[in-house]
Order: sequence, then structure tokens, then C-alpha cells
Amino acid sequence: MAIESTHVTAAAVSAVEYPDLVRQYRVTGVPKTVVNEQVEILGAEPEDAFVGHVIAAVA
Amino acid sequence: MNARNPADLEAALQGISAPVTLVFFTQTFGCESCLPARQIVDQVASRSDQISVEEFNLVLDREQAEAYGIKRVPAIAVAGEQDSGIRFYGVPEGHELVSLVEAIVLVASRDSGLSDESRALLAAVDQPIDIQVFSTPT
Repeated sequence: MAIESTHVTAAAVSAVEYPDLVRQYRVTGVPKTVVNEQVEILGAEPEDAFVGHVIAAVA
Repeated sequence: MNARNPADLEAALQGISAPVTLVFFTQTFGCESCLPARQIVDQVASRSDQISVEEFNLVLDREQAEAYGIKRVPAIAVAGEQDSGIRFYGVPEGHELVSLVEAIVLVASRDSGLSDESRALLAAVDQPIDIQVFSTPT
């Protein structure tokens, strides 16, 4: 998604190494995705659902 | 790509046909995982002439840290001709290593591999979207 849009940044964060972020974003399981600090997506989703949920953060 | 097979990762890296820079951010003190992260970055880069590594210090190289939006270390920004916006935080091992290699391949090919529908949705995005995916190595 970051490749398709210059507006998108995508970070893979190691939950093991950043316990402060894990607490901040209440990560209780992985993968957990946080979009613009607001939208939370738990677990893995098919591409169309995932893209839809991510874009919903700015819709 | 088989997550457990180093030969597949190696083959993927050797197939890269455009330059990719791994912009690595470290700091001198208080970062135990920075050295192992840098070692993995170097190992990945050693597999292809197309991959180069640049290292910056989060504390000393503030301009670069700001330009790439880096606030924590160890961090890797994956850049092709331009910055891709893809970041890795922490030591890239296990699943994360596979993801890093995939990101390098995608950036080199400039092809996201997404569906036409996804591409159309993303092309219409005109505001910043910041995605953080939390994961573990295993």
C-alpha cells in the first residue's frame, strides 16, 4: 500500500522490542494493525477487507 | 516464498534488478538490539549488488531521522529511487526477515502486487495514512 501511494507509510513493529508501544496500543495479540493511531485491525485479513479498513481511517 | 527456507530468501534477493537502499537508524547508547539488527541488514545487503546500506544515528543525524520520520531504533527505511514509506522497527528476524526481503523485492520491482481494485482505492487517497503492524518473530 505504501508503494501505491506516497501518502501511505507502513511500519512493521517488533512487539517484543517495543513494550511501551505494545502498552500504548493495547496489543494483546499479533498481528495487530493500527492505522493513524485510531483504527485497529486484529489478525490477518484478506487484501480487499484490509485495504478497505485502512482507507476507512481517512474516509 | 517459504518463510522457513533461507534459500528462497537468497533467490529472491538475487533476482532484484533495481537499486534498493536500506537506511538504517541506530544510536550509540541504550540500544542492545541495534547491533544484531545491523548485522542482519548487512547479511541481506551482501546477497545482492543492488542493495546498499546507509547508516544514521538517531541522536546525531536529526535531519535524516526527521526526513524519514524515525523516532525509535533500531529502524530500517526501505528506499528505491525514492523513499517507499516502508519501515521496520526492531531486529528483522523470523517472519520479519521474510517481510523485509519481500519489501525489498516490491520496492525494487515498483510493483505492489495489489489488485486493480486496491490500487484504485489507494490512488484516491489524499491524506496521510500511517500503518503500524505489530508482530512477533515466530
